Amino acid sequence: MTDSLAIHTSGLTKSYGQFLAVDSLNLAVPRNRITAFLGPNGAGKSTTIKMLLGMIQPTNGDAAVLGHAISNPTECSRLRERIAYVAEDKPLYGYMTVEQLIRFTSRFYPDWRADEARRLLIAYRLPVHKKVRSLSKGMRTKLALLLAFARRPDLLILDEPSEGLDPVGIEELLVELVSQAAAGVTVFFSSHQLAEVERVADHVCILNHGRLRLSAPIDDLRQSYRRIDFVFEAVPSARELIVPGIERIRSSGHQITVLTSRNADEVIRRARDLSAVSVEVSPVPLREIFLETVKETPGS
Amino acid sequence: MLFQKLNPELGQPLYLQLMQQIQHAAETGILRDGDQLPGIRTLAEELVVSPNTIVKAYTELEHCGVLELRQGLGAFVKTGRRTRSIADRVQLARRRFRNVIDNLRAENLRDDEIQRAFEAELLIAAEASRKK
Repeated sequence: MTDSLAIHTSGLTKSYGQFLAVDSLNLAVPRNRITAFLGPNGAGKSTTIKMLLGMIQPTNGDAAVLGHAISNPTECSRLRERIAYVAEDKPLYGYMTVEQLIRFTSRFYPDWRADEARRLLIAYRLPVHKKVRSLSKGMRTKLALLLAFARRPDLLILDEPSEGLDPVGIEELLVELVSQAAAGVTVFFSSHQLAEVERVADHVCILNHGRLRLSAPIDDLRQSYRRIDFVFEAVPSARELIVPGIERIRSSGHQITVLTSRNADEVIRRARDLSAVSVEVSPVPLREIFLETVKETPGS
Repeated sequence: MLFQKLNPELGQPLYLQLMQQIQHAAETGILRDGDQLPGIRTLAEELVVSPNTIVKAYTELEHCGVLELRQGLGAFVKTGRRTRSIADRVQLARRRFRNVIDNLRAENLRDDEIQRAFEAELLIAAEASRKK
């Protein structure tokens, strides 16, 4: 297991009876990067995260997080001191006030940064004397984030952190993630907000049906995915345009549209040889890459 | 300098977009020799992009000789003779464009027509130089 990886799983599997929630997952999350963990609901993201944190036991396989093997209980407890985790449902002690919960949480962590907690309390405009249970969903999310950010973790794992936040809240969250990363924290977060992910992520992993479908630096995706629109006088057979990397070909009348994950140059060269009268190349937003990656193929 | 937000949907890595902004600013005189650029964290927060984007842009610009990274101090602009001469040439080119635009307007062409024609010519020129 290499040191440059914050999370490294090999064959990680979780099954519930016949159902494979996570299926032989080989995940490699780089250190000192912001990695987005994407997938449709039910893809196995939360189950994976819970295994990484030692909250549930894998059925098979193993994982190392910050170099600690999750199968080893002592390693696992040392690991938990170095990770901050914000859960999807943000379970918090509802009977405490915001102020009490912050003070309560701070006692568990020797590295607690009181100044950071104070700064975020003001930035997030959290009502200190209100009971946690009476907070809005957005406020609870912000409080959970504050508790995580104030701990000076080596690794931040966030499950759907932007859920329940309005656009202003999401922007504040992104600035905070970026700021944490600049302080040397590795960030691993799941999200459905693809437009936001696209701005801040260095690396993207896409999960579907418990399996890893794509893992790449986002800059590689930006440079290699292309949509190419051709117009032909005499439309060739789509087969003549197929090169490795083509994800989708659609044609209608004189038009052919190709979505390719690489080799765009080669596709264009072939189309020119087939006398395409017009060639237009456009970049592919992450949303489209995502939808293409998790698309259900008929019969599967 | 005032930074523009980077566009994640351009199909071009964000660090390249940032490099181009800084390079352009150095060539047009917005940034002068010795000017200090914002720190990694400050600029990452301002543009809301990963700090690694800033680090990569700064590092690449150091390789190109546009920036000097001083340990613990930050990034400083280094405009050599080449960037200065580019700045002068860009100024000259803009004056010539102004003349062309005035002439075309006098011939009753609209600004959007001028712009489309200019971009088409530029594209054709780019295509031609790629083929060479």
